[in-house]
Amino acid sequence: MAEFDWSSIPGAWPFLWAGMQTTLEITVLAVAAGIVWGTLLAIMRMSDIRLLSWFAASYVNLFRSIPLVMVLLWFFLIVPALLESLFSTPRTSDTRLSSALVAFALFEAAYYAEIIRAGIQSVSRGQSAAALALGMSQSQTMRLVILPQAVSNMVPLLLTQGIILFQDTSLVYVSSLADFFGAAYKVGDRDGRLVELLLFAGAVYFAICFSASMLVKHFQKRAGS
Amino acid sequence: MGYHWNWGIFLAQVPSGGTSYLGWMLSGLMTTLALSLSAWIIALVIGSAMGVLRTVPNRWLSGIGALYVELFRNIPLLVQLFIWYFVLPELLPERLGNAYKEINPLLQQFTAAMICLGLFTGARVCEQVRSGIDSLPRGQRLAGLALGLSGPQTYRYVLLPMAFRIIVPPLTSEFLNIFKNSAVASTIGLLELAAQGRQLVDYTAQPYESFIAVTLTFMLLNALIMSLMHRLEARVRVPGQGGHHG
Amino acid sequence: MISIRNVSKHYGSFQVLSDCSTEVEKGEVIVVCGPSGSGKSTLIKCVNGLEPFQQGEIVVNGISVGDPKTKLAKLRAHVGMVFQNFELFPHMSVSDNLAIAQIKVLGRSREEAIGRGLKLLDRVGLSAQAEKYPGQLSGGQQQRVAIARALAMDPICMLFDEPTSALDPEMVKEVLDVMVDLAQEGMTMMVVSHEMGFARRVAHRVIFMDQGRIVEDAPKEEFFGQPRSERAQQFLSKILQH
Repeated sequence: MAEFDWSSIPGAWPFLWAGMQTTLEITVLAVAAGIVWGTLLAIMRMSDIRLLSWFAASYVNLFRSIPLVMVLLWFFLIVPALLESLFSTPRTSDTRLSSALVAFALFEAAYYAEIIRAGIQSVSRGQSAAALALGMSQSQTMRLVILPQAVSNMVPLLLTQGIILFQDTSLVYVSSLADFFGAAYKVGDRDGRLVELLLFAGAVYFAICFSASMLVKHFQKRAGS
Repeated sequence: MGYHWNWGIFLAQVPSGGTSYLGWMLSGLMTTLALSLSAWIIALVIGSAMGVLRTVPNRWLSGIGALYVELFRNIPLLVQLFIWYFVLPELLPERLGNAYKEINPLLQQFTAAMICLGLFTGARVCEQVRSGIDSLPRGQRLAGLALGLSGPQTYRYVLLPMAFRIIVPPLTSEFLNIFKNSAVASTIGLLELAAQGRQLVDYTAQPYESFIAVTLTFMLLNALIMSLMHRLEARVRVPGQGGHHG
Repeated sequence: MISIRNVSKHYGSFQVLSDCSTEVEKGEVIVVCGPSGSGKSTLIKCVNGLEPFQQGEIVVNGISVGDPKTKLAKLRAHVGMVFQNFELFPHMSVSDNLAIAQIKVLGRSREEAIGRGLKLLDRVGLSAQAEKYPGQLSGGQQQRVAIARALAMDPICMLFDEPTSALDPEMVKEVLDVMVDLAQEGMTMMVVSHEMGFARRVAHRVIFMDQGRIVEDAPKEEFFGQPRSERAQQFLSKILQH
């Protein structure tokens, strides 16, 4: 069995920290954009306008049936080429981070849309009937009665999906963008200490995701009681 | 745009000869299928066993189940894959580790990816099995025991048959996920479908055709599995029970 | 047949049963009543070991339930139990529900088990439903199947845990009729129930529980004539109002 040597980690700290910042940046921006776009998709999907609901359903089904790796590859390999031919931006400019952001936001929106739709539909029909019977308008019913109940149902799921997204950002490895995992891999590869760096990365992800999911559970319990 | 579409590219011979680009894609598809199905078997077996453990009235046993789930759910799939592929051989006793490194690299990649996907998905199956069992009325377990069935018999004949029926829909989405997640194996060099797609781009400079073909294949797979699982769901439905009630 | 001696049970600091004692002789029918939360369902589940208890002793047919060496499954195989929510197994046909434990626990052949099941199904008036699934039957029918399922094991005594309280009112009678027949045939029965009509007709003794204690344990005539405790009197007058 190989001897462990963790000494390359402290020296590489700034580089790893920069990677973690990239990871967090992608996560936070993609969650925010994904929720906004996902909400729009959910509303479209439930709308009476056929074209809108058809578009939203197809969008959601498309993104949910292909691997995230594939989506990322599309964006890394093809979008820059597309942009180049459309706007003749120079090929040298680094579009990887923005490509990743767009890819994650578009991809996650499909998942968020389903969570939001399920949350809204989990509120019983009787509730909207009761609100309409009180003379509220459709939008008042949504805003004052349905959404407040739906939100408390879906917040834990949205947060859990956020944790999954945080983990999935590691897949930007396919574009050799230095997120936290990419940074750890590069350090390990450079120093011949891949085993240590991979275990270290695993432990860091575990610590963060485990604490975050405990927090979500805690909120869920408090909201439930 | 100056792009030249050339769908005929798939029929062209690859530079090393012997097969066409279509042949590459098909072999990628085969690898994706073999990897996903074998990992799914691991996931079902381990996930069911752990899911049952999580519901037994013994703290230590259910603790083991909980530990398994938390460990495999809170580390990114990619990191797990790299650990199975790069780290495990180093942690094995030297002789075993060296023996592993001697075997065909393709087989190394495949086994690492299979174990990784199997255990990763198993943790999610475990949670589904647990919630399926927990969703049954408490009286079902008591009724089984009251008839004199042993604990394992109660699981085998009373709890699991209903629990599995209830969780067919969430298991379907886990089954679909395993196909999608198998694409992560391209990162350690396993030539599954997505990796073949990338290889095609490198060799032919026809990225759109290649990516469209891979994407469509994944969508087709998805639709196929979904319809198979719908049929399964209808077949195991219990007469007199609503579509999704226990 | 069933002997309950000084049984106490608590969840943490909450006392569910305190110092309960009673005897059920062979062929005797005992009705246990009391307000909800009085511990009566817990007590009856202690008899076949579905609920553990911390103090005291329960002996069924000479076997101590609380003894860790006792093979509970073996004991339960001969103590029939009927639940409030029937608890038929939804994924099995009625005849499989009746057969499964006969085959897996008593080791009977499939033909024998199905045959015995059909006989008992006939007895509760449901032989036409043998191939249906529980979800296709009414509540009353399901409960009669559940009684037949317990009888198929040739029990030495029967435990009923509120067998009619989950039923629509019009279905209560069909279940009680089956239970009355059983009682009149001499089955030893311990019945948790609020059905005072049933108690008047066939019970030998009535036990009244309140806050985990057996407050009253008296022959039927005495209990309905002049209950000694005030709580039992209140309970009876409330029951009569609906």
